[in-house]
Amino acid sequence: MIVIENLCVKLPGFSLSDINLRIKKNDFFVLLGPSGAGKTVLLEAIAGLVKTAAGTIRVNDRDISRLAPEKRGIGIVYQDCCLFPHLNVRENIEYGLSYHKIEAARAAELFGVLVDKLGLGRLLDRKTISLSGGERQRVAIARALMIEPAVVLLDEPLSAIDPQFRAELQHQMKRLHHSTRTTFIMVTHNFSEALSLATSAAIINGGRIEQQGDLMEIFKRPCSRFVADFVGMKNVFQAAFEKSLARVNGISVHTGAEASSRKGYIAIRPEDIVLSVTRLDSSIRNSFMGTVDSVIDKGFTCEVCVSVGDTVFNSLITRSALVDLGIEPGRELFVSFKATAVHSF
Amino acid sequence: MFFWICVACGVVILAFILIPLVQLLIAPAPEMMKKTIMDGDVRAALRVSLSTAGAAALISLVFGTPLAFFLARNNFKGKKFIESVIDLPIVIPHPVVGIAILSVTGREHWIGRILGDLGVRILGSHVGIIVVLTFVGMPFYINAAKHGFEAISPRIEYVSRSLGASMIGTFFRVTFPLAFRSMLMGVIMCLARAISEFGAVVIVAYHPMNAPVMIYERFEAYGLAYSLPISVWLLLISLAIFLVFRMLSMNVKGAA
Repeated sequence: MIVIENLCVKLPGFSLSDINLRIKKNDFFVLLGPSGAGKTVLLEAIAGLVKTAAGTIRVNDRDISRLAPEKRGIGIVYQDCCLFPHLNVRENIEYGLSYHKIEAARAAELFGVLVDKLGLGRLLDRKTISLSGGERQRVAIARALMIEPAVVLLDEPLSAIDPQFRAELQHQMKRLHHSTRTTFIMVTHNFSEALSLATSAAIINGGRIEQQGDLMEIFKRPCSRFVADFVGMKNVFQAAFEKSLARVNGISVHTGAEASSRKGYIAIRPEDIVLSVTRLDSSIRNSFMGTVDSVIDKGFTCEVCVSVGDTVFNSLITRSALVDLGIEPGRELFVSFKATAVHSF
Repeated sequence: MFFWICVACGVVILAFILIPLVQLLIAPAPEMMKKTIMDGDVRAALRVSLSTAGAAALISLVFGTPLAFFLARNNFKGKKFIESVIDLPIVIPHPVVGIAILSVTGREHWIGRILGDLGVRILGSHVGIIVVLTFVGMPFYINAAKHGFEAISPRIEYVSRSLGASMIGTFFRVTFPLAFRSMLMGVIMCLARAISEFGAVVIVAYHPMNAPVMIYERFEAYGLAYSLPISVWLLLISLAIFLVFRMLSMNVKGAA
């Protein structure tokens, strides 16, 4: 268990104030927030790399607040990897071993597991300078986990990676997390990335924690306007997948492609949802009858919330469409969207 | 048009640097060069120049490195002032440096009295030359090393510490190998500056005579022809040192 109480950091022009966090042992915890919110500073404060003005940090009942970074047993992986350029991949991964009492046999086993799970076998003798962004990030993760830290801090590890490799690394990180006893704390600003990796999270803004808890709870019940705006991604539903069908609260949604896992989430952007008075005669495969809950005026556009059973869809339409269709609360409508507009993860 | 102006300026500058140096190299006859190097006084003067400049570079390396690292990693009130103080010896006229050093190392100053009690003599000694050369050479080393340290992301050091290395361990395993090239360039600059120093040395220590002072003395006493061979020897030795260090630093770059 990691318990952070009343943590304050004062830097020139920026401060973290009254940070209180409880993170379960072996959890995969995400710290979400916009740029400049203080995510990296908070990670560095936990790692002991920036001075804290007040507060305590306890890891597994051990107060580490005043310990030097090397005595905390907390690994850190930066967005830009920070590999040691004068060492090759193997030397980078094994860098921390000389400072920890890890038996040679255990170290060799751990090295094998990390190299295998992160697919680094072919790269071990390469100079780090010749690696791609994804490879560098994988080496940095292996290096941090090689010393079996109690906690590993990941500062936006996926953001500098090409989209096609991001899903792969995401998957590898998930598998690694399951196979180690290390608690993962990851900073990100990507909500879907957070959902696919973690279960609990905290939202940070302006150096303060806005909300923390179960990730879906934060999404469903944002405690502030900021969190609601930040989470932003409307129409995210928990789903069970069967081939290209997603079952959400008893309704079946056609998705564009087969999902890779049986359970997950689907998301549909509000502007992709079409509202009509009669069922549309078109190639659109998802069409459901629902009732208008509310209409929110957003200037040039309006957000219409339509209940289909227990599921509420948010649709963004123009003001003229609102008038043409005569949309008002209580009105029955059809909610339609293309299978390709469904994002599953 | 602008391109050709740039090229023309470049040609003029290169000629300006190279013509006197080439003339210097080809002026003395080979037998005169040989005779000069066989002269014990000349060899002693070259030895004094190299050993004192080497000592100054070593002192700058040992004492300047921690300061350069500190300045590269910390921002604080008065940092600009400290940096300006470090740069001062570069802009002070050389004889003034000699006078300034003599004024605090004489018997009338408390530092001079302490040194005297310890049996350390500055005026007319190797130690005096080393003090002067360190004074004028150290800023070059500190500035080069500081730029080298600044070019290394502190985050690389943070990662090293999170992996268990202490600050000192991190410095020797990460920072030093990465900044080595800059530090080496700093040593070259400091060494070059120290070998070439004349104005301050001639005030603090005419004897033991180093090479620039001997060149000046021979020029004054016997004229240009007599001072040329020793000048050439000093130039050749300086060039050789410069090339060796340059090659060393290129190897390091290749390795990284």
